[in-house]
Amino acid sequence: MSVATTHPGEHHEHHPSGILRWLTTTNHKDIGTMYLTFALIMFFVGGIMILAVRAELFQPGLQLMQPEFFNQLIGVHALVMIFAALMPAATGFANWMLPLMIGAPDMALPRLNNWGFWLLPPAAILLTLPFTLALFGIGDGAIATGWTFYAPLSVQGGIGVDFAIFAVHILGVSSIMGSINIIVTIFNLRAPGMTMMKLPLFAWGWLITAFLLIATIPVLAGAVTMLLTDRHFGTHFFNAAGGGDPILFQHLFWFFGHPEVYILLLPVWGLMPHVLSTFSRKPTYGYTAQVYSFIAIGVLSVIVWAHHFFTVGMPVPALIYFMFSTMSISLPLAVLFFCWIATMWRGAMSFETPMLFALGFIVLFGMAGLTGLVLADVAADAQYHHSYFVVAHFHYALFAGGIMGVMTGVYYWLPKWTGHMYSETLGKWHFWLTVVSFNLTFMPQFFLGLAGMPRRIPDYALQFAEFNAISTVGAFILGFSQLLFAYNIWRCVKGGEKAKDQVWESAEGLEWQLPSPPPYHSWETQPEIK
Amino acid sequence: MDHAHPAPVGHGRLVGRLVLVVAAAFAFGFALVPLYNVLCEATGFNGKTGDKKVIRDGIGVGGLAAASRAPSRIDATRTVTVEFTGTVMPGLPWDMRPLTVSLDLHPGELQQVKYLVRNTSERTIVGQAVPSVTPGQAAQHFEKLDCFCFAQQTFAPGESRELPLTFIVKPELAKDIRNITLSYAFFSVDKPSPTPTTPRESR
Ligand code: HEM
Ligand SMILES: [Cu+2]
Repeated sequence: MSVATTHPGEHHEHHPSGILRWLTTTNHKDIGTMYLTFALIMFFVGGIMILAVRAELFQPGLQLMQPEFFNQLIGVHALVMIFAALMPAATGFANWMLPLMIGAPDMALPRLNNWGFWLLPPAAILLTLPFTLALFGIGDGAIATGWTFYAPLSVQGGIGVDFAIFAVHILGVSSIMGSINIIVTIFNLRAPGMTMMKLPLFAWGWLITAFLLIATIPVLAGAVTMLLTDRHFGTHFFNAAGGGDPILFQHLFWFFGHPEVYILLLPVWGLMPHVLSTFSRKPTYGYTAQVYSFIAIGVLSVIVWAHHFFTVGMPVPALIYFMFSTMSISLPLAVLFFCWIATMWRGAMSFETPMLFALGFIVLFGMAGLTGLVLADVAADAQYHHSYFVVAHFHYALFAGGIMGVMTGVYYWLPKWTGHMYSETLGKWHFWLTVVSFNLTFMPQFFLGLAGMPRRIPDYALQFAEFNAISTVGAFILGFSQLLFAYNIWRCVKGGEKAKDQVWESAEGLEWQLPSPPPYHSWETQPEIK
Repeated sequence: MDHAHPAPVGHGRLVGRLVLVVAAAFAFGFALVPLYNVLCEATGFNGKTGDKKVIRDGIGVGGLAAASRAPSRIDATRTVTVEFTGTVMPGLPWDMRPLTVSLDLHPGELQQVKYLVRNTSERTIVGQAVPSVTPGQAAQHFEKLDCFCFAQQTFAPGESRELPLTFIVKPELAKDIRNITLSYAFFSVDKPSPTPTTPRESR
């Protein structure tokens, strides 16, 4: 393998400037910055799409759009949020922070790192291009199957499906490159003396994520490849007429899809103990227990996938197996919650913005877990499946658990990255607006789901009108509050109060020993860990 | 600064191994296809009836194979309701409806029902029906001795025909199953992969 590694020739600041610098950079900080910027932009793109959806759902009846377009917005919103916002944000964290935290000079495979990032913008364009093409009369818009690509609808759909399949291929290749890089960096570039059990928990969380990615993304790639050949080359993987089976697609998709949930969340779980211990001024409680919980969750996550389609008509033994295996994931998860709370227990807590987000994360993500247990119950799921209850559940998991976790990390590390403090006042406003409007948006959806409102339908019965109106108002406040976030970051990049190297008085870890911002090449001589 | 960089030799090895994991995972995805089919046919998951293989190569020998098995006894102590339905898939301009919508029978009884199918178009079309039994657990005990789904069906323009199905619900059927639904999906064979339709059509 002649993959480029950190090469000495590039040292001492003679990198090109301007756009060329960003196109050719192999520096982990530049690449981290690009990932994070891309994620923020796509977060707004996905957000605008779903605000259009919420506007349509403000009142019963069809006001703004046709059902076809509504379906396209929902599916692309989800694909953008998952693959182009949340995953790149986590990869951006890894790029920026892993070398700093484990005392490495850079990522192990910098050239691969550059390619991994530059695959993302073309994929995002592929995903959204069919909307534009449809305006010029080419095709009938983007993928309209929801993000799950279920056959046979996806076998019959228009060109939007093909675009989405190629986008997923490219995004998959990019994640696999990123994961390989992260695994190699963690295994080979740790500072001397940093044993695996001294690894920062953030690195542990990412390590498990990276392994899940290389084990499950190829299955998704295979599934969408079969879809492509079914559509164009006369194969019958999912085509019942030719002896195929559409339900096979659901198995393949969720074999990837369920671990994906943990792929999105493990980096955040790894980050939490750092923040909680910093602002509680106490060491992390239960390091070993958390490491083993990460591993247990990683392993369990690949054997529970069928809980996403309990209602498809599985034999009872299979239902029981998938129900109990799913519920068993709550055990290691409960260990994590316990450790988080125990870390804060009797600590000298203070409530800077990152800590507020971390606390918000714990409470709201806890609700995601509890409602997930309800859904894992086969008998109950028959009623809740494909209802708004599910939509609310996974937004508590992905928005409150994923996105708010990312925000925690951004506020926590931003002073280190930029060398400036962000505005605490704006940060607190951002936090409270986000938490309140998030609950305003998604809490009513639990009740809508319980009352029987199905998801992915642009119209609804009159009795659902009030809760939908509330949810839409909440969504718009939530969306606009995020402008504060973007503005706060922008301000912080441009200037502001100088950040100390330590930034947070009781933060621990190698990253705080470097200046803020760290030099272009960090840890040219690796630190020694005792 | 060279000494600061760990020897790159180590990376190639690990990268190679990880790439192998990726390749294995990709292969595993495809291996799931035959695995899944074997599992479903063995257990009747997803309402796949054992006759499925026969449908695939389109030769109607399934009935013979089934008939050569020892005849089952009739279980007169209980009654099972079988319901019949069918759908014509997009791209096939046919009408189809069961002439018997619902039938009460004793497990082990030989029964025959018919579907009325009509070609509403101006051309000759070949179609293939694909059966599915719900609940899935009933599938392996739902034995089709003769079925129009064993072979492709050709219909002249405007032609209308009654298509028969002969079947037995075997007495081994679990006692708690009292209702079975048999559903057919009729597909066009002329165009093996359905033409991309607009979302509106496909609904
Ligand atoms: C402003 C914040 C957000 C709002 C108001 C919002 C709202 C919605 C709505 C209304 C749906 C469609 C529900 C349906 O009828 O099925 C939806 C779907 C979805 N959203 Fe969000 N969302 C937001 C942020 C996010 C984020 C950050 C993520 C992921 C990280 C996410 C992931 C998903 C997923 C996976 C679906 C399911 C799509 C599908 O059915 O294929 N959302 N969202
Ligand atoms: Cu799941």
